[in-house]
Amino acid sequence: MDKRVASLADAVSTIEDGMTVMIGGFGGAGAPIELIHALIDRYRATGHPGGLTVINNNAGNGHVGLAALIEAGMVRKLVCSFPRSADPVVFTELYLGGKIELELVPQGTLAERIRAGGAGIPAFYTPTSFGTDLAKGKPVAEFDGRSYVQERWLKADVALVKAETADTHGNLTFRAAARNFNPLMCMAAAETVVQARRVVEAGAIDPETVVTPGIFVQKVLEVPDPAQEEDLNLAHARYPLGG
Amino acid sequence: MSARLSSNQIAWRAAQDIADGAYVNLGIGLPEKVAQYQPPGREAIFHTENGILNFGEPPPKGEEDWDLINAGKRAVTLKPGAAFFHHADSFAMVRGGHLDVAILGAYEVAENGDLANWSTGPKGVPAVGGAMDLVHGAKRVAVITDHVTKDGKPKLLKRCTLPLTGVGCVTRIYTSLAVIDVAGGRFVLREKLASLSLDELQAQTGAPLAIEGGVADLVVPEL
Repeated sequence: MDKRVASLADAVSTIEDGMTVMIGGFGGAGAPIELIHALIDRYRATGHPGGLTVINNNAGNGHVGLAALIEAGMVRKLVCSFPRSADPVVFTELYLGGKIELELVPQGTLAERIRAGGAGIPAFYTPTSFGTDLAKGKPVAEFDGRSYVQERWLKADVALVKAETADTHGNLTFRAAARNFNPLMCMAAAETVVQARRVVEAGAIDPETVVTPGIFVQKVLEVPDPAQEEDLNLAHARYPLGG
Repeated sequence: MSARLSSNQIAWRAAQDIADGAYVNLGIGLPEKVAQYQPPGREAIFHTENGILNFGEPPPKGEEDWDLINAGKRAVTLKPGAAFFHHADSFAMVRGGHLDVAILGAYEVAENGDLANWSTGPKGVPAVGGAMDLVHGAKRVAVITDHVTKDGKPKLLKRCTLPLTGVGCVTRIYTSLAVIDVAGGRFVLREKLASLSLDELQAQTGAPLAIEGGVADLVVPEL
């Protein structure tokens, strides 16, 4: 078994118009900048894929990564918990202009909806958002005297994920707080595409330290020196990098 | 009558109620200051939603590791005994009742414990983050805030007017003038600045302040 793909272009080749794409990361930590930029490259060359629904905790920062994907006009709808950042101008202008749809989800509910999607649980009850505007229209039930809101699973056609080390079977480890949503998204997508700082042979990761087992991963690509969103923004970089 | 606590002093007072070994989540902004004022000999373990337990001070400028950030996306460092975990585990800690204390900021708090702290209305881009999760699950949900708005209007009210973060969730409020518990659907005054009369405090509060037992002086060091 070998899940490695040859290039960034190959890694993102199956994403089509209108698909739902989960993108890992919390702020810049764990954000797969190279995979995102490869997807924008394809859109600039071919006009596809567009009309995407993107699931991420945030809405991008500056003019790189997710912000650049949105700025390119590829995103129809964003599902996130916190569409604000140090430089949220791209999303803010589109949103206030009515040109992008937003589904705002509390952060823990977002995580659990993605986990449920990956675990085959179509809905669950949470106390989060009960009695608030974000619970409007959702079923409510009482358990042991307390009220809970029904939330549904989230699934995706493709997940774009950043890992620290991957092996050829797709087993993954992550680095520090760059883990965040990445392991959940690996579970919840029909196809999970991983960029890893290091790709090693099967057997080179101690099974005791595997965070995401390879069954949740379909494609792996080594990106040895990945860009970090915060560094790019401190340098006022814009997509395309070096362009 | 202009005596009021600075935000550092409010944070100091809130920190005095955190026990040794407590697991604590501090909201972005003013609540983050609470970490600076842990009493000597006590060590709380701080949780951040994005997957770290036991993080510490920010690193020196230029030494940031951007994979090591808190929920406010600021660079942090690790203390001995730190742990990383993914977002589902992180919010299991929150919703599952494993945190001892969550300390949040507030736009408004109502006497029934309702909290409004995420939206000032329909204008602009809405953002909620982890606030709606944090108000459910922590054993104690405390608020730290100025007692009144910048325009001098009460933030402690009979009912919130802004969109709610959670219903009946707040148990204690540390303000620039007083320490107030939420109990049995009313505000119970525990401490107030000695220089402030009860009437003066009540005049700046949008719901009745009940008194049970006594009211202690709110005493805080110069910071």
